[in-house]
Amino acid sequence: MRDEAGIFPLTHDGYGGLMQIHDALVDIVGADRVSSDPAELFIYSRDSGAQPPGRADYVVLPKTAEEISKILHLANREMVPVTPVGAGLTLSGIVVPERGGIVLDMKRMDRILEVDELNRYVVIEAGVSQGALQAYLKKHHPRFQHSTPEAPPTATVTGNALIHGHGHISPRYGINSDMIAGMEVVLPTGEISRIGAGALQGKWFSRGPLPDLAGLFVGWYGTTGIVTKISLKLFPKPGFRQVIVFQTDDIDLLPEAVAEIMYLDMAEDFFLIMQEKPDWMNHAFLVVILSGHFEEELELKKTAYKRLLSDFKGGGPVSFVSNLHPALEKRFLDVPPLAALAADFRKGGGFQYTGAILPVDQLPAAWRKGIEIARRYGMVCSYVHQVLMGNSIMFGFNYSFNRADEGDIEKARLALEESNRATLDLGGMIWKGEKSAQQMALAKMEPNTSALIQRVKEFLDPNRIMNPGKWEV
Amino acid sequence: MWLIRAWLSGQIRTDARLQEIFFSCATCGNCVEHCIFDKFRESILEAFIAAKAEMVDQGTVPPPVRDYLTRLMDHGNPYKIRQKKRGDWAAELGVQPYSADTAYLFYVGDVGSFDHRGMEIARSVAKLLQKIGVSFGILGPKEGPDGNDARALGEFALFEHLARGNIEAFEQAGVDKIVTLSPHGYNAFKNLYPQRGGHFTVRHYTHLLAEILTADKLPGKAARQSLRRATFHDPCYLGRHNKDFDTARSILDRLPGIEPVEMPRNRADSLCCGGGGGNFFTDLVCSGPDTSAAVRVEEAAETGAEILVTACPICTVILEDAVKVRRLEQRLQVRELSELVLEALGE
Repeated sequence: MRDEAGIFPLTHDGYGGLMQIHDALVDIVGADRVSSDPAELFIYSRDSGAQPPGRADYVVLPKTAEEISKILHLANREMVPVTPVGAGLTLSGIVVPERGGIVLDMKRMDRILEVDELNRYVVIEAGVSQGALQAYLKKHHPRFQHSTPEAPPTATVTGNALIHGHGHISPRYGINSDMIAGMEVVLPTGEISRIGAGALQGKWFSRGPLPDLAGLFVGWYGTTGIVTKISLKLFPKPGFRQVIVFQTDDIDLLPEAVAEIMYLDMAEDFFLIMQEKPDWMNHAFLVVILSGHFEEELELKKTAYKRLLSDFKGGGPVSFVSNLHPALEKRFLDVPPLAALAADFRKGGGFQYTGAILPVDQLPAAWRKGIEIARRYGMVCSYVHQVLMGNSIMFGFNYSFNRADEGDIEKARLALEESNRATLDLGGMIWKGEKSAQQMALAKMEPNTSALIQRVKEFLDPNRIMNPGKWEV
Repeated sequence: MWLIRAWLSGQIRTDARLQEIFFSCATCGNCVEHCIFDKFRESILEAFIAAKAEMVDQGTVPPPVRDYLTRLMDHGNPYKIRQKKRGDWAAELGVQPYSADTAYLFYVGDVGSFDHRGMEIARSVAKLLQKIGVSFGILGPKEGPDGNDARALGEFALFEHLARGNIEAFEQAGVDKIVTLSPHGYNAFKNLYPQRGGHFTVRHYTHLLAEILTADKLPGKAARQSLRRATFHDPCYLGRHNKDFDTARSILDRLPGIEPVEMPRNRADSLCCGGGGGNFFTDLVCSGPDTSAAVRVEEAAETGAEILVTACPICTVILEDAVKVRRLEQRLQVRELSELVLEALGE
């Protein structure tokens, strides 16, 4: 007989209950969407970063919030861990299951449910990929865009927003989690809840003014619930875009130069890049992406930035790059920019980075520290940092490694650990940090704040089944 | 790639699901097309094929793959039909055996020789070649499988055996120029046979059509009142593998009464029908409601096209099946390009 949640009870089956949990999952979603095959479990037990693998026992591909609710009822009853996964591209093992259990792959929840042009939002299911949404908007709503992260197009829009991701219009409009206008979430105990105006049965156009419950699920790595739908703000998509680049060798000038560029408040996107090799890349480049609805508007913005930086510090220390390499121009005009290509500069296929969210004034210190760490571990330093709003920068301490070389992977882990520590020492925060980075942050955190995080988790997830090991002391 | 490495390093063992994953690769080439790493791009598909080859060497392949390869070896075709019947498709067409005074060997292959629908397409292409005055002949019982899909399944030894057999047969017959029915054969002869000493001038039938069947040889565009909207599906072994996206389209453009439209995924971004890499014969990914082909015919229908055109017997058969699975028969008809051209010529 089924229990009150509609799930068959389990009996001891001689396999530690594994087969019966599999059968119960099949009963919920059907045999085609459950696997406990070793090949599939292998894939879901790791990500492509430098972190060690975990262990998954079952992979399930739900299609509805109701299915997820039933799975969570089952998981609570059987005390089985549950880890939700988007595309699994964080590189830092955030959704690698540490203690076995069920991996919920959200990619079958891939419907784009609503686009409201007048109220400028889109409602999607949690498995919709960046590429799918971008293509859909381009075809059906070409005047609008969402903030697209510098990630492969298979990255999920929801996963990115939930890890405080940022996209190609973040310098102008804010990070992607700020763009969340509503959510549907399945709580760890199985209740399905709505957040934002959608909770009042209205359009999903805004998440406030209400108690900001979205904050209970953003940045928690699936430890507090499973977001199944999300509403995101849409933004105008100007028809004209251009890349202009400035360069300097005076690292100490960067905070002021960045502040001035942001103060002018006309940039759509803004990167700082540097590579030690080849020699022509061994400078600090300030890459500003401009956009406009009219060519004249674009020209005006370009002129304004050129004038701003030619006058900067009396002229000279920051120069305009007039002969921009076409490949570089294309790399930054593409949405998303081709980040992965730059990541493989050691040609080993592996890549991980500390995404240091730093105050702008810490740029020179971080810049020097990153070079120091890279050299200590025998790496060539390569930087791509995105300036976010006027007050912060996503400073990438980047480490590529040969995936086939365990020693090389270990060096990357050590370098990562060092740059994580440097980030916290500089007063920054580690974006989507791996487990050790989370623990490092919790250890440095004011004890009451750290305790509050644990209390929130315990309140929402009393059996501690949700992605255990993450944000854990 | 992760799975291949894990398997080779002993982290996971061979089981039925792993076999299915490896052998369901349709060798569509999309991974090659979209890999952003120059270092890996050229070898990524070969790595997948090499993994299949390792499973073949270990004798641990899915039963349908085993059966396909065994039939190729034992019967000289996957249909278990006697070799002497290989030329039967051409009965009553007056197609001559290839001889020294014919210009082209028309290589038909397994699907054109033995599959019911494939034979219709073979006849259609043969009629077309006759109609436009191409001098050609066939080898009939002396023709062997091209081996393209056996190689894609990792059966390298069988491929070598088949390629050697064909090269010998072609050389004995004095073949210099080959025109193929299927893009699969075209790919084998053009890209795989030269390294084995088989140097021939190889064309797909669409290449000859495009050259010979100039617009002035077709009825004028205004000859018909109503236009039928048609969309072209790129066969992987013409498109991504051989970078020919234009020839078939140029023919379609010339046909009277046809209004070509494109599916959103076209040319190098085309969605594979799922039949390559031997899957047409092994059926690991070709049947059921959610196949690649089913998605493809939906894409075609969404363009408003009433005809889905392709230039490959394998694609044709698979897409026709998918139209039935998705119950699109009233909206969408699958036609091999040669059939549309023949129709335009009044056949």
